[in-house]
Amino acid sequence: MSTNATHTAAESHDAHVHVHRDDYGAKMGMWLFLFTELLLFGGLFILYMAYRVEYIQQFQIAAKELKVYMGGVNTIILLTSSLTMVLSIVALQRKNVQASIFWLVTTIVFALGFMVVKYFEWSDKFHHGIYPKGPGLMDKSQGEIIFFGLYYTMTGLHGLHVIIGVGLLTAMLIQIKRNKVRPDRFVPLENAGLYWHLVDLIWIFLFPLFYLLH
Amino acid sequence: MADNAAVAGNGNYVDFYNYKGKYSGIAGWLLSVDHKRIGLMYLYSMVTFFLIGMTLGFFMRLELWSTGQDIMGPQTYNALFTLHGIIMIFLVIIPGIPAGFGNFFLPIQIGAEDVSFPKLNLTSWYLYTIGGLMAVVSLFVGGGPIDTGWTFYAPYSIRTGTEVILPLLAAFILGFSSILTGLNFVTTVHRLRAPGMSFFKMPLFVWSLYSTAWIQIIGTPVIGITIILVMLERAFGIGVFDPALGGDPILFQHLFWIYSHPAVYIMILPAMGVVSEIIPTFCRKTIFGYGAIAMSSLAIAFVGTLVWGHHMFTSGMSDEARWIYSFLTFIVALPSGVKIFNWVATMHKASIKPETPFLFVMAFIFLFSIGGLTGLVLGSLATDVHLHDTYFVVAHFHYVMFGGTIFIFFAGLHYWFPKMFGRMYNSKIANTALALMVVGFNMLYFTFFILGYLGMPRRYYDYLPEFQDLHRFATVGSWVMILGIIIMIVNLIVALRKGDKAPANPWGGMTLEWTVPSPPPLTNFTKIPTVKYGPYEYEHYEEVVNNEH
Ligand code: HEM
Repeated sequence: MSTNATHTAAESHDAHVHVHRDDYGAKMGMWLFLFTELLLFGGLFILYMAYRVEYIQQFQIAAKELKVYMGGVNTIILLTSSLTMVLSIVALQRKNVQASIFWLVTTIVFALGFMVVKYFEWSDKFHHGIYPKGPGLMDKSQGEIIFFGLYYTMTGLHGLHVIIGVGLLTAMLIQIKRNKVRPDRFVPLENAGLYWHLVDLIWIFLFPLFYLLH
Repeated sequence: MADNAAVAGNGNYVDFYNYKGKYSGIAGWLLSVDHKRIGLMYLYSMVTFFLIGMTLGFFMRLELWSTGQDIMGPQTYNALFTLHGIIMIFLVIIPGIPAGFGNFFLPIQIGAEDVSFPKLNLTSWYLYTIGGLMAVVSLFVGGGPIDTGWTFYAPYSIRTGTEVILPLLAAFILGFSSILTGLNFVTTVHRLRAPGMSFFKMPLFVWSLYSTAWIQIIGTPVIGITIILVMLERAFGIGVFDPALGGDPILFQHLFWIYSHPAVYIMILPAMGVVSEIIPTFCRKTIFGYGAIAMSSLAIAFVGTLVWGHHMFTSGMSDEARWIYSFLTFIVALPSGVKIFNWVATMHKASIKPETPFLFVMAFIFLFSIGGLTGLVLGSLATDVHLHDTYFVVAHFHYVMFGGTIFIFFAGLHYWFPKMFGRMYNSKIANTALALMVVGFNMLYFTFFILGYLGMPRRYYDYLPEFQDLHRFATVGSWVMILGIIIMIVNLIVALRKGDKAPANPWGGMTLEWTVPSPPPLTNFTKIPTVKYGPYEYEHYEEVVNNEH
């Protein structure tokens, strides 16, 4: 049997009297899940690559439509939020629950800030009719149509992950307040942090691919 | 475990059916996180879906009784084969052995009390059920039943007027369920093995589940994203698969098969694991080439992720790509062959007890070999161009999926039935049913090989008059086979209610599930066992089996 799997009958639920706690296993599960997330986005990156090769010039033209400073601001926001996430975990490990909560809330605020910027960005594009089947897009070349098709899909799916992340971090906040996640049981927070870093990491690839390569 | 009333000394124990948890009655099942109950819930759902899919197949064969329209028009036929495919693939055979038997036996076989994440396990079952229900509901909403075939090829899936988004969403959710099960199993195998149970002392069924779980984790996300893209394409017109907007439908095929080919190994590897359990038990002999069998599972899992292009030989690919895929396809035959030869070698000079599960395995080896060898015919470029999209392909995949996995699913059902339900079934009736199934199966599907070779295309509700005799013969075969299946299932249902009580180890198996009572107690073991020997070392049989766990 695993070395750090401990049995705590006190935590039993349902018919199970033998619920065990296995921090290492929990993290392993999370890593495997993140791996599947990478593969999910991987399919999209492959598509991006295939179409970029096919429509190289039109992709370059289309990329000029995106506002680098908006993407840049969002990159800074997400990177900083990864830092605050780590600070929250470290604070909890060092038994400073108040600080942990503070940094967690900061992370959530950053995440919401990211979505706000995203909102303005997308509505600006919509305003110009640049959305799938939109009047501003259908005038353009096929390569540009695909570019924006991928842009909306990939940043949209990423945005969805940010929203899920906000939900997850909020759930952690509640758990900490209820003392379910605490200095001697911080793996759930660590797992949420891993997820959050993944969201960050994917953005780090999306940003140059869409905003910088013209 | 002090407050656990599950085991009350000297063999009197409360099995997991009678254990009183927090909830009782139906809620005791629907809210239970016990891997055994979840496994059984999967089994019941799957057998039900199988019977529905079988009924659809029955009606398709009726339609093909004579030329022209018999009982349904072309649109209905299109809907039927699509549904039949979706049900059999996504609801029966992919969850199939891992979710059903895997859930029940993986923890017991490695000497654990449950899987690593019991709640997640229940969540997977709910996702599976929701996905199944959505697939059913999709028949009655929007433009009616989906008619794209189970492969959802773009651009047709973007254009057809039938309801596509809902069944796709269903497939996505089912995929998610499959990923979570895979993740759970990998972690369980790494974390919860009993003391002494090293990787190379694990039963081969566990090995096969482990390899399968990895394919589930690696492959399924890719189809997830592909499905999302088709949904977005239909809903908003993002253009990636739509030629009118500059997209490339061939890319859909690539992304689809990147998952769906490895998925056929998700279907077959667990079945091979079950075979590797049944053969040593009924030969009372160590399996020949344990390491080779375990490693060949991993090899299949690995090479299997690289051969998806062989579904697309006629779709438009460069010649280099085609011969590389063809070559890799032949390579997969090697680890598969390793397994077959090792099984047969195990039987050499063994004192074989030909009980029902073993006979199912014999049928499997016969049918699966035909399926595998005809796979090579399809894997070579020249012959595939002739046979692509004909009944030859339909025959091939029924031989491997049905003759392979489903027959082993039934074998597993007969092998573990006493353990799961604590009852014995009538083996004479079971054997008769098996004989009917094998005869009917070959009448039905071997005829398909001939039809395909002669040029009968798949997915048609009608055919040229010269094919009529063969089609009739096949349809009669389908009746014989279905009769066999019904007899088999009725026999098991009768056994559930009236069967004799099963002993703990009716077949003389050596893996850990045979050391616990039938049906097992809630926590499987009174005391977590310490493992000393490999799973099939029959020279230590007495010591292992009589060891009170
Ligand atoms: C139980 C009895 C079964 C019968 C009578 C049956 C019969 C058929 C028939 C007549 C077709 C349509 C051929 C065509 O027109 O192209 C078909 C297609 C198919 N069957 Fe079965 N089948 C059975 C079991 C299974 C099983 C167990 C599986 C898989 C586990 C399976 C998987 C499929 C698939 C994937 C297709 C292709 C659907 C498509 O073209 O999209 N079938 N089957």
